[in-house]
Amino acid sequence: MTLQEYTSSSHNFEECMKCTVCTAYCPVVPANPKYPGPKQAGPDGERLRLKDPFFFEETLKYCLNCKRCEVACPSGVKVADIIQAARIRYSKSKPKLRDRILASTDFMGTLARPFAPVVNGMTGLGATKAVLDATFAIDKHRTFPKYAFKGFESWFRKEAPDQSRFPEQVAYFHGCYVNYNFPQLGKDFVKVMNAAGIGVSLLDKEKCCGVAMISNGMIDGAKKHAAHNVAVLGKAVESGKKILTTSSTCTFTMRDEYPELLGIDNGKVRDSITLATRYLYEKIVAGEVKLPFKKDFHAKIAYHTPCHMEKLGWGVFSIGLLKMIPGIELTVLDSNCCGIAGTYGFKKENYEVSQAIGKPLFDQIARVAPDYVACDCETCKWQIEMSTGLEVRNPISVLAEALDI
Amino acid sequence: MEFDVMIIGGGLAGLTAGLALQEKGKRTAIVSAGQNALHFSSGAFGLLDREDPFGAVAELDEDHPYARIGADSLRTFAEKAKGLFARAGIELNGNPLGNGFRLTPQGALKRAWLTLPEVDLFPDEAAVKGHKVLIVNLLGYLDFNTSFLALGLEKKGCTCRVETLRLPEMERLRQNPSEMRSVNIARVMDNAWVKVAGEVKSLLKDEDWVILPQVFGLRDATVPSQIRETVPARVLFVGTMPPSVPGMRTQMQLKRAYEALGGTFLMGDEVLSAETGEARVRSVETRNIGRIGAKDFILATGSYFSKGIASDMNHVYEPLFAADVIQDEGRGSWYDPNFFNPQSFLSYGVATTPGFKVLKEGVPFENLYAAGSVLGGCRSLALGCGAGVALVTALSVAETI
Ligand SMILES: Cc1cc2nc3c(=O)[nH]c(=O)nc-3n(C[C@H](O)[C@H](O)[C@H](O)COP(=O)(O)OP(=O)(O)OC[C@H]3O[C@@H](n4cnc5c(N)ncnc54)[C@H](O)[C@@H]3O)c2cc1C
Ligand code: SF4
Ligand code: SF4
Repeated sequence: MTLQEYTSSSHNFEECMKCTVCTAYCPVVPANPKYPGPKQAGPDGERLRLKDPFFFEETLKYCLNCKRCEVACPSGVKVADIIQAARIRYSKSKPKLRDRILASTDFMGTLARPFAPVVNGMTGLGATKAVLDATFAIDKHRTFPKYAFKGFESWFRKEAPDQSRFPEQVAYFHGCYVNYNFPQLGKDFVKVMNAAGIGVSLLDKEKCCGVAMISNGMIDGAKKHAAHNVAVLGKAVESGKKILTTSSTCTFTMRDEYPELLGIDNGKVRDSITLATRYLYEKIVAGEVKLPFKKDFHAKIAYHTPCHMEKLGWGVFSIGLLKMIPGIELTVLDSNCCGIAGTYGFKKENYEVSQAIGKPLFDQIARVAPDYVACDCETCKWQIEMSTGLEVRNPISVLAEALDI
Repeated sequence: MEFDVMIIGGGLAGLTAGLALQEKGKRTAIVSAGQNALHFSSGAFGLLDREDPFGAVAELDEDHPYARIGADSLRTFAEKAKGLFARAGIELNGNPLGNGFRLTPQGALKRAWLTLPEVDLFPDEAAVKGHKVLIVNLLGYLDFNTSFLALGLEKKGCTCRVETLRLPEMERLRQNPSEMRSVNIARVMDNAWVKVAGEVKSLLKDEDWVILPQVFGLRDATVPSQIRETVPARVLFVGTMPPSVPGMRTQMQLKRAYEALGGTFLMGDEVLSAETGEARVRSVETRNIGRIGAKDFILATGSYFSKGIASDMNHVYEPLFAADVIQDEGRGSWYDPNFFNPQSFLSYGVATTPGFKVLKEGVPFENLYAAGSVLGGCRSLALGCGAGVALVTALSVAETI
């Protein structure tokens, strides 16, 4: 190793000026004293790890990969990327069976769906929850997302032929959640796009974006998914289509984590992947789309910006779109992590920390007392619904309801 | 996206300009690559480290932003700055038309203009003589040096007693000594301050002053004044090592006030390049949003620390517009080998017209203004004019637009 290799890295740790601003904005630090904090886990630790992997600490697993440290860093250090890359490179702990179960979001869905009523019944039962808690260390307070009896993909198959009547076409990356747990969001998406005069098609067999595999250390699996997705996304892009999504996390993972953490080149497709809210907002502002809204729609909504949305910097689009709906009373909640971070909060050892992280957000939601919460992320949805008792809707679903068609 | 005014940089200058422009009814956006110099603030704003700051304007170099503005307008903007903060919910201490003194972590007095609510501003140096002082720290907190403070105050004829509080609420934090930082402690103190106030009260003997570190009131700005109401002595909050709790809270308050006025704050995004032509800026390109167009643009990107100004081996430059930068020829003349002498390179920054329009190859952009520490000619460390320049130039630019 040359001196240069000891003192610089692809995630620019050498630009750190040791100001600790990242630590001041990390949601885990105040909630979990076992976590060394972004400065120490990131740039400080990297300097040591480059010299000797002995200095790797397993406590880095407490990082939520929320990227808030990166958003705050005055020096542009990719703090969270340093931490996640170190876990990938040095961690010796193998993912447990529990982690594999939680991470295999599409595998679980494929297995569970035909038996949806049974699985839903089982994961909802107190006894099953106790077993999951004791055997797999999945916290018993958690409500499992329900598995839909009929997946979105099979619903869409019947709709597909009708979509060709629209001159403009987009491809939809629906993600595991829409397919297995909440097909209604996919249906809402198709309804809104059609109302905007845009036809929808699906990709040539998408796979889970891989975010849960990344956070559970199943890197080979994540790489396979990423390579597959980049290939099928590429086909859609070649046929001149944009790829729209309804999940900020899938979007962020495919755009930024593929190249930064998995080393998968997504250069040909990255700029074509965008959130449906951003796409619509820009079309409406440019005067290319006009949506018909109900005259008598009314809703008091609090919008929560998910961490990965914060990192994407696209909250403005979802908020801007919601503001276009007549009859909406909108409060934008302070930027706080909800604490779930994908599968993190499902694990028994993280439950308390997860709820402590989310507390400022839940408290603010209680003060605002909205009819429901709007948010672009499915895992935030579970967490906020469980912790506040309020319903959480994707902005696309809010739009679908407000449309006068 | 299109706005009336696009502000590049979300520090004190960018936020001040944003607030003033939103109040004027303009549609603005602020894009900020990361957090800013407020996170390192002492809690005191400097206008100019002179007894009569307005009288001293005539002695400043002609490049200094105050020399451009002139003493009369400087007075007007100084008063406006205090009013703008008050409307944003922040009651600054001090008379905007004069200087006072603040107590430093070394127990010394330093000139200051306006201070954040918990930071005391003394009218003169005599105000600190002959007090009995109880200095209270929290067990395990190393970024607040009580002995420096006591030594400094004893030189001024005070007598000091130092006590350390051990709180069960802090034990969790203490498991990880490297996280015993101002902001992490402040998060605990948002709830535990009542206990601290009670303990301080019971420690108090015959002291008329109590000094605590600035780790109170991160989310709730009223905490320091509530502590003051509980403790029957004058309570002073003295600066810690960064990050600055009052500075961080002020940043959040200003941002919230700006958004409440309808401003769009794009946090963590970065302007990568700009499209210019015929002495105008047409749009900028950001990493997250892409193209953003506006009628006017404000460059409030800060100095070296925030990457508003950068250097290579032979030049100091402004990275976004390649604007003209006031600087000396030749690297050798940039700095004085004696670290503690005033350093020339600290005064380098963007060259502008007297109305703060940015110059490029001597020609001003018609719709690009500079404000804050990106400006050349400041020597803010030596002159103690950092926050003053940020506030006053931002207000001046907002008035022009
Ligand atoms: C460590 C330190 C401590 C200080 N303490 C004090 C004090 O106690 N009192 C005092 O009066 N003055 C102090 N100063 C002086 C300080 O410079 C001013 O008070 C003032 O805060 C400067 O504000 P600003 O908005 O001009 O710049 P900054 O606060 O530096 O803000 C610039 C912002 O622009 C952003 N930016 C830069 N480039 C881009 C880009 N391309 N795209 C998007 N955003 C970009 C940066 O991320 C940053 O957020 C201090 C300065 C420093 C460096
Ligand atoms: S915020 Fe950035 S520069 Fe500051 S300590 Fe963290 S990584 Fe380093
Ligand atoms: S990614 Fe989030 S949890 Fe991880 S260190 Fe950064 S701020 Fe903390």
